[in-house]
Amino acid sequence: MTSQLKPHLRRLEAEAIFIMREVVANFANPVMLYSIGKDSSVMLHLAMKAFYPAKPPFSLLHIDTTWKFREMIAFRDETVRRLGLNLTVHTNLEGKASGINPFDHGSSNYTQVMKTEALKQALDAGGYDAAFGGARRDEEKSRAKERVFSFRTTSHGWDPKNQRPELWSLYNTRIGTGETIRVFPLSNWTELDIWEYILAEQIPIVPLYLSEARPVVERGGQLIMADDERMRLKPGETPVKRRVRFRTLGCYPLTAAVESDATTIEDIVEEMLLATTSERQGRLIDHDESGSMEKKKREGYF
Amino acid sequence: MAEPAILSPSQEASVRSLALGDADKSLLRFLTCGSVDDGKSTLIGRLLFDSKRLFEDQIATLEKDSRKFGTVGDDMDLALLVDGLEAEREQGITIDVAYRFFATEKRKFIVADTPGHEQYTRNMATGASTADLAVLLIDARKGILSQTRRHATIASLLGIRHVVLAINKIDLVNYDRSVFDSIVAAFDADAGHYGFATRVAIPISARYGDNVSRHSEHMPWYRGPTLIEHLENVELSSGAAATRPLRFPVQWVNRPDLTFRGYAGTLAAGTVRPGDEVVVARSGQAARVERIVTHDGDLAEASAEDAVTLTLDREIDLSRGDILVPSGARPDVSDQFAAHLIWMAEEPMLPGRPYLMKIGTRTVGAAVTELKHRVEMDTLKPLAAKTLSLNDIGFANFSLAEPIAFDPYDDVRTTGAFILVDRFTNQTVAAGMIRFGLRRATNIHRQALTIDKAARSGAKAQKPAILWFTGLSGAGKSTIANLVEQKLHLAGRHTYLLDGDNVRHGLNRDLGFTDADRVENIRRVAETAKLFVDAGLIVLASFISPFRSERQLARDLVEPGEFVEIFVDTPLSVAEARDPKGLYRKAREGKIVNFTGIDSPYEAPESAELRLEAGSASAEDLADRVIDYLASNGFIPR
Repeated sequence: MTSQLKPHLRRLEAEAIFIMREVVANFANPVMLYSIGKDSSVMLHLAMKAFYPAKPPFSLLHIDTTWKFREMIAFRDETVRRLGLNLTVHTNLEGKASGINPFDHGSSNYTQVMKTEALKQALDAGGYDAAFGGARRDEEKSRAKERVFSFRTTSHGWDPKNQRPELWSLYNTRIGTGETIRVFPLSNWTELDIWEYILAEQIPIVPLYLSEARPVVERGGQLIMADDERMRLKPGETPVKRRVRFRTLGCYPLTAAVESDATTIEDIVEEMLLATTSERQGRLIDHDESGSMEKKKREGYF
Repeated sequence: MAEPAILSPSQEASVRSLALGDADKSLLRFLTCGSVDDGKSTLIGRLLFDSKRLFEDQIATLEKDSRKFGTVGDDMDLALLVDGLEAEREQGITIDVAYRFFATEKRKFIVADTPGHEQYTRNMATGASTADLAVLLIDARKGILSQTRRHATIASLLGIRHVVLAINKIDLVNYDRSVFDSIVAAFDADAGHYGFATRVAIPISARYGDNVSRHSEHMPWYRGPTLIEHLENVELSSGAAATRPLRFPVQWVNRPDLTFRGYAGTLAAGTVRPGDEVVVARSGQAARVERIVTHDGDLAEASAEDAVTLTLDREIDLSRGDILVPSGARPDVSDQFAAHLIWMAEEPMLPGRPYLMKIGTRTVGAAVTELKHRVEMDTLKPLAAKTLSLNDIGFANFSLAEPIAFDPYDDVRTTGAFILVDRFTNQTVAAGMIRFGLRRATNIHRQALTIDKAARSGAKAQKPAILWFTGLSGAGKSTIANLVEQKLHLAGRHTYLLDGDNVRHGLNRDLGFTDADRVENIRRVAETAKLFVDAGLIVLASFISPFRSERQLARDLVEPGEFVEIFVDTPLSVAEARDPKGLYRKAREGKIVNFTGIDSPYEAPESAELRLEAGSASAEDLADRVIDYLASNGFIPR
């Protein structure tokens, strides 16, 4: 019940709802990027609220690299069924056919082909003029400078120097033919806000966020879960069951687990308050170099 | 480098209970501003560092970046924490607004870190638009600079009521009290211009942390709060919007099926309950609120900042852009008002040029009718001005394409703030704050006339139109227009020709050739042409009219289909070789300035109804093409 939310969560909720309605009122063909993670779960929950009693008047889009955790895919299909929404799943078939994978091609190439290129293909195919994403400003430095309505060129590129000033809640929604806008309704949320909100609203999340004994190998100081038989083990590596959970979810070979005993959302919130590393620590694709998120975004990454 | 603050076990326990318990932490949004190099990014890095919002991996990245880009020797350069873009790290400056998040036991904070360079003033205004408080950084060695005054002015225009003077780098002036006192006195000398409700001055060293989150042992003469203590305790007027009369801008009409019709929106001010009588501000149509619908169930009351969906007890004409208000406390409804304007585009502001104005959930055509003054930043005095350039602040009268409902910005931010958008580039070119409505518009009502345009043109067996000839000087516009009019006249059509040169001898004799005057020239001609169209005439207008925006203005004045843009397309070299009036020669000799094609731009039409390639045929043939167009599009009988 909304009135029981803490004041700052209520303010964030109202802001996100306003942003979503602004998109629906101004764009012909919006779509919501659904990545199955905690932020996407919150964003979807907010969309259910924003348009109630109507269903969200747009479909969901998932970019499936084919390397997601199996539990994520199961959760995705269950969520779409439960809420009665439309979901489009897109995979870069060319990339798949040429066997692009996270083991042989390096995280940077793999991300470019299976995520960034795949996303651009799906956006072009759908003719979407606006796409919601669950990114938050507290995630990363170049994200901290991102607009709520982020303008993209006809080739989906992000030019950080050519973004529109964004004052009050007056979002400039005008675009030319072929240009698009990425919209981030969770811009002002922090990781802690996300968890507190999930707790308060009892939003379903993928069980991978909660601790359980899972088969992992230790690699360069990171714990990688062997989610299926495609996991390439190096000589001497044997998956060992350890109590782990994930702070962020993506492609399993590129997503590190943390050791944890947090089995409830309350535990997670508590754990977060004492955390000494950031959530993106577990994202191997961010570690190439410190400006790498900005570079990926310029190329069209979310 | 000072030691990072470590939470004690008892603090840890209380943090845990605060997050998990039901304590209502308030949220303070503030911005840091001030001149370049005053240490804004370093201060925010310090706040994040001291509030333990930095994770180990972020500190590792920071150490790596400090070695690569750092400007403080072997120490960690805290500014690199917030300068997120590669260009910023390389140049060591902040370009764009960054939003940062941290919390203490008492409050959560969202900080807008805004650039100090003058060319990025618009980004400072962006950060200020959502802030409750401004931390104005001042370098103790430099004192108050023009940019300091500019930022204080913008903060005050945007309605920020609380300011903190953070007098930074106090370590570099030996923690000298007299330096601090003289800077505060210099600021207070201007304070009347700003009108802040509170002004607190704190001597700090962002680099070493003095008086940021811990009291400094170097300044026993300072007994006030640390910056963090002040930010935690400053009383905000938040909730003030809830005590004002209801303002509910309709954002989206929710009609999932025939049984439900709801109006989704966020309350800009006031409260609403089921049973309340409301009216549509613009039309005065009244209804009662039936339900306040949310996903979590119907509410008994909603107040400012709540995002809800209202249903009404009867059907009224209500859509996005309308505002629901109490019948007894209505906002101004007018198509003219006076407002402060912050110009944010490279292209200058030109009075008369049509822009799109977004105010609340409404978008309307708008133009500046009169620029009253520009604020001179060094003296804070109003100066007469004809245009505004990038980062200028001005005060102007506006005229809108249709009346809207609004409040003065200082009363209700959401219904008093607007942005201007360029119709062609879609860029946000300005932000504005409405100060007051202009009454003269409210009292001029249109007279309804019995004989209308259709009746007048019907009597002449023609469809009225504006034939707008545009092109370079010497392109042949007037020659062709003159021939077209002769042909129409012979066929018994009723016409009038407005010629650029002729109009400048009378109606527009007071105008010159600056960009601003060219815009006004075309506006007057377009309005005149509109009157003739209303009289049922076929109007021929022959004007260089170099700017797309003004041709669009003329097009928008009449009904769709009544505006025929005819581009007389002659290459500059050909027009210059003809030079029928010897003007190109004079322009080349520098005797005429602002001459289109020479030192003033010509923006060619992108989708003119007719394009006449002068040089491809005789003027006679080109005139015939215009006649053919009019006949085949039903303006005149065949």
